[in-house]
Amino acid sequence: MTEDPAPVLRLRGINKSFGAVHVLKDVGLDAWAGKVTALVGDNGAGKSTFVKGIAGIYGFDSGEYLFEGRPVSVSHPKQAAELGIEVVYQDLALCDNLDVVQNMFLGREIRSGLTLDENSMERRAEETLRGLSVRTLKSVRQKVSSLSGGQRQTVAIAKAVLWNSKVVILDEPTAALGVAQTEQVLSLVRRLADNGLAVVLISHNMNDVLQVADSVCALYLGRTAAQVDAGSTSTTQIVELITSGRSGDLGLPPTLAQEAVA
Amino acid sequence: MSTATAVPSDTQDQAVAGAFRGYLDRVRGGDVGSLPAVLGFVALVIFFSAMRPDSFASTRNAANLLNQAAPVIFIAMGLIFVLLLGEIDLAAGYTSGVGAAVLVVLLTEHGVAWPLAVLACVATGLVIGTVMGALVARLQIPSFVVTLAWFLGLQGVLLLVVGEGGTISLSDETILSILNKNLSPALGWVLSLLVVGGYAAGAFLGSARRRRAGLPVVSPAVIGLKVAGLAAIMVAVTLVFNAERAVNPAIRSLRGIPLIVPVTLVFLLVLTFLLGRTGFGRHVYAVGGNPEAARRAGINVPMVKIACFAIGSMMAAFAGILFASYSNGVSPTTGGSSTLLYAVGAAVIGGTSLFGGKGRVIDAILGGLVVAVIQNGLPLITQKSGIQFIVTGAVLLLAASVDALSRRRAASTGQ
Ligand SMILES: Nc1ncnc2c1ncn2[C@@H]1O[C@H](COP(=O)(O)OP(=O)(O)OP(=O)(O)O)[C@@H](O)[C@H]1O
Ligand SMILES: [Mg+2]
Repeated sequence: MTEDPAPVLRLRGINKSFGAVHVLKDVGLDAWAGKVTALVGDNGAGKSTFVKGIAGIYGFDSGEYLFEGRPVSVSHPKQAAELGIEVVYQDLALCDNLDVVQNMFLGREIRSGLTLDENSMERRAEETLRGLSVRTLKSVRQKVSSLSGGQRQTVAIAKAVLWNSKVVILDEPTAALGVAQTEQVLSLVRRLADNGLAVVLISHNMNDVLQVADSVCALYLGRTAAQVDAGSTSTTQIVELITSGRSGDLGLPPTLAQEAVA
Repeated sequence: MSTATAVPSDTQDQAVAGAFRGYLDRVRGGDVGSLPAVLGFVALVIFFSAMRPDSFASTRNAANLLNQAAPVIFIAMGLIFVLLLGEIDLAAGYTSGVGAAVLVVLLTEHGVAWPLAVLACVATGLVIGTVMGALVARLQIPSFVVTLAWFLGLQGVLLLVVGEGGTISLSDETILSILNKNLSPALGWVLSLLVVGGYAAGAFLGSARRRRAGLPVVSPAVIGLKVAGLAAIMVAVTLVFNAERAVNPAIRSLRGIPLIVPVTLVFLLVLTFLLGRTGFGRHVYAVGGNPEAARRAGINVPMVKIACFAIGSMMAAFAGILFASYSNGVSPTTGGSSTLLYAVGAAVIGGTSLFGGKGRVIDAILGGLVVAVIQNGLPLITQKSGIQFIVTGAVLLLAASVDALSRRRAASTGQ
């Protein structure tokens, strides 16, 4: 376990059921400012469910939700946003017919009186993109429909960091991208953390994880197998945690790992 | 950022050329905007003028054409709000008929003052639109079905109120003047000056504000060209309409820009402001572009939809006032037959997409003029109304194809 003192986001003993289906069982996660925490696990392990709960799309049934050390209750997306937690979902939720600035400020437009303050929004969008060293966009006034997959992902990420957020959660940001664009997005993810944000990266791709993650949290059939330091854990160990819930003396006790399968 | 106040003229030329190339690129990428409507309008006017130099190409006919076009243009301006959502309002035509009936019954049979009657008429539209919008947004019934039901229902209401085969006539001077009176020639020039001056002030002030905010600006030469173009159009229009067009000027002079022109411009201004400059307008485009993204952004999607249907029906009801003004009353067919198709055609020909998320209020005017030219010019060439239906249908289909093709092209060129 990584033992840095104060995680920005800490979840412990989280449970979530959908009717009779017990999807999350005593799940936990820590995310630190300035670090990329990868959340990995096989299909159906419960990653998206976990993240949606963190984002307040639905409440957890039980468990501890600590933000900056304080217990908080998050049962609505607005509450998560107020804390400074932003999620970039797999389907980016951008409007193709609007431009980059309009998308970044959608639903939270800056107004002056009756009208929209386009100039302030455009300037802040530019500043945010510059702060992330994004240079692939020709103009912030171009329609999102004219952007490539990687550029869209960039806009969605920039939208998430526009609001002085503290935690940014990315659900499979590179799943649909080619090699070069994956590279771009990953270095952007790294820069978010270097700028002091706590980043949670959901990914299926071990290469991505190893390239940018500082810490890896593996889910196995709805349980946290282990959260380990990326630097001191081998790829083989992480893969074993994902596929069988344990690796050597890491992970779930043999009884639990077996029971989960049964 | 880069454009200083005093730019040498060769860079100005480059800026103009650059802006023009940018426009061509957009058109090639499928973003044709109002270009087909403008080209179509010019081509049709030339065609009909060549065929019927005496009857079509007269200033009297030009004034009549505008008054004829007005009701459909107003319905289309409202429809654009509904089309932007990716929805449709099939009841808009009969909403205008019922609006006209409310107005005329109150004025003629109850002697109500005209401002109150107008208010009641628009309120009727508000109620109709709000209920239709609520059925679409809250119960999630397809708008096609909801508004088809209202189309039938309102047709029935109109028939009951006016009586089969009957008409109720209108004698209120104020209402009649909307589509029958003209501005004095002097006022016409004042109007032109206001339009050009207002546009120039808006463009240059906006540009100055952007420069102060340190944002890239459009070159002053490009704005200057646009202002000059608008000024040329306004001068031509004013000259045409200020010419004497009475059959016998000795008895009664007939000249000046039709009153409906400034009325339409006011609506254009207000609705364009609403769509382009306010948070509500931004949310309308967002809902039309990606409702799920709008919902996740915290936008109240059902409220936006209901508001758009309400605006659409209020504009339709207002168009009813214009119908009443144009035909001196209301009949069971007011707003019926092909009114709605002409309005949808106007919006689509003008460049508004049937797929939602793309369109502007001015599209209704540009497209409405094209529809009106066909409606006005064809009868001068052929008496067969069958041909008129076929031609209008073909034009609507053509416009819808341009819409669909430009979407495909935009998708394939990544614009
Ligand atoms: N609303 C729901 N109702 C019932 N079961 C659900 C619901 N949402 C998720 N589940 C179940 O919870 C389990 C975990 O799903 P989840 O989407 O969180 O997995 P995941 O780790 O994100 O998988 P993937 O890698 O495929 O995205 C799955 O078995 C799924 O069927
Ligand atoms: Mg998932």
